[in-house]
Amino acid sequence: MVASPVKDRPTPTEYGRKRWMQVVLLVNFVFLYFPIVALIAFSFNDSKRNIVWKGFTLKYYEKAFNNVSLHESFINSMIVASISTVMSTILGSMIGLALYRYRFPAKPAFEGWSSLPIVIPEICMGVAMLAFFYTVEIPLGLFTITVSHIAFTIPFVAVVIRARMAGFDKSLEEASRDLGAGQWQTFWNITFPYMVPGIVAGALLAFTLSLDDFVITFFTSGPGSTTFPIKIYSMVRFSVTPEVNAASTVLIVVTLALTATALAIQSRASKG
Amino acid sequence: MDSWKDNKLAFGVLLGPPTFWLVVFFTLPLAIVWVYSFGERGPQGQTILALSLANYERAVEWIHLGIIWKSVWIAAVTTALCVIMGFPLAMGIAFAPRRWRNPLLLIVILPFWTNLLIRTYAWIAVLRTRGYINFTLEWFHDKLDRLFTLVGLPEIMGTFSPLELLYNQTAVIIGLVYIHLPFMMLPIYASMEKLDRSYLEASLDLGAGQWRTLFSVTVPLVMPGIASGLLMTYILSLGTFLTPNLLGGTDSMMIGNLIAQEFGPSRDWAFGSALSFLLLYATFIILWARATFARRGAASELGI
Repeated sequence: MVASPVKDRPTPTEYGRKRWMQVVLLVNFVFLYFPIVALIAFSFNDSKRNIVWKGFTLKYYEKAFNNVSLHESFINSMIVASISTVMSTILGSMIGLALYRYRFPAKPAFEGWSSLPIVIPEICMGVAMLAFFYTVEIPLGLFTITVSHIAFTIPFVAVVIRARMAGFDKSLEEASRDLGAGQWQTFWNITFPYMVPGIVAGALLAFTLSLDDFVITFFTSGPGSTTFPIKIYSMVRFSVTPEVNAASTVLIVVTLALTATALAIQSRASKG
Repeated sequence: MDSWKDNKLAFGVLLGPPTFWLVVFFTLPLAIVWVYSFGERGPQGQTILALSLANYERAVEWIHLGIIWKSVWIAAVTTALCVIMGFPLAMGIAFAPRRWRNPLLLIVILPFWTNLLIRTYAWIAVLRTRGYINFTLEWFHDKLDRLFTLVGLPEIMGTFSPLELLYNQTAVIIGLVYIHLPFMMLPIYASMEKLDRSYLEASLDLGAGQWRTLFSVTVPLVMPGIASGLLMTYILSLGTFLTPNLLGGTDSMMIGNLIAQEFGPSRDWAFGSALSFLLLYATFIILWARATFARRGAASELGI
């Protein structure tokens, strides 16, 4: 780049330092943050009207925590997310590892097919799962939600694992085999430890996706199997209350913490 | 990379279980919907398997064509607004001083990690008749009213009537732009960051103005990113369900909502299945176009 003649004036292509561009960025950031910040702020507002600031309070958090059905739905979400995370992490890691390691006929087609759940509209997958469970006569409930969540989170885990394996040094495995270790022993002592950061990041991603999912859950949940987003949806349909804001804020914080952890693990692993 | 034949057992053990899961709990459900789409609705709302194209024909009847057209239109407006906002945003970040780029990028992506439902709900709170926008307007209205009363013109302002901002097409578009902006901005940013700035400097040195440089040099060079962002945003907005469901009114029903309605209250699964597959075919076509663009972009980078 051309050195700027006057110290603090941007050169013609330093658009990022121009005043009008900074205004553009600011407007975009306000657009992106205003709704969420308002939502979080008003969860602490000591007023039912939810619009005039009347003072700081935690009473809506207390109310949300003591709301039995909200509580139950949170536990349901945790059960679904935990089981589906374990299953999809195992299955997704297997796909990721196999795609990294083997050439096989029709591999591009297989890759495209196995990542379909990422790209097809959620509504299509939701109604497909509904039609499937109806056809095979499995009653809708936590089981059907979990099964669907596993199916749509598998490809996300596979992508993370594959990205992790791209940096793997194969000669380590060869060295292990040369030194007399068996296939199984090599996997557990060499390959698997290398995969671990990818597995953890993939698991956190799967957990977050499952915890956040609304559309697919909406079609696969039955009476008595309300998850947290479904519960918030039914509350939102009726009214805007500080209690919903409080419950939403809790979910925002949980998701942000999980995603930040996953990213930190991934970036540390890619550096190390 | 090994051939699968070198170790058939390990290959089978690795790929067998996940393939089984995706066949049974993903492909089979889609296949069922595909079969349903040729069926008929029975008198009790059950689905009778048949071999008719009646459901596809119904989808292009006026009443449904209107909804499909509306979805296509809403998705197009959303995509256009996303590119209008996303392009300068990507440019601002890509041309920012290097140490600022990642933090700025993080600022854009952060809201994206928030639950979709919550982000949509947040807009209800902003747009509803007793929401933040109307409240602010009312505040200004009251202040002006008092001012006019003071100068001896009482009641010139009338009583405040809140704007109907929610439950219409505009609200849906605002919600969709809000959700999909990062999908537009990120691919444009990725192309723009790699851009060789000396082209821009050459253009400016040779006497082209900033606008001409923007449209004749910058935009063509980052076209692969723009194309990818356009198609991604379009695909996602077209298949949306939650946003029109929460922010839309009777005038803003989209394909996703129609599908949900057929599988829900209307209980015409055969017709819902046909719509579902029409949406899937549209998705596949756009994905294919995106892949083609990506390949061409990669090819032109190699100088082919």
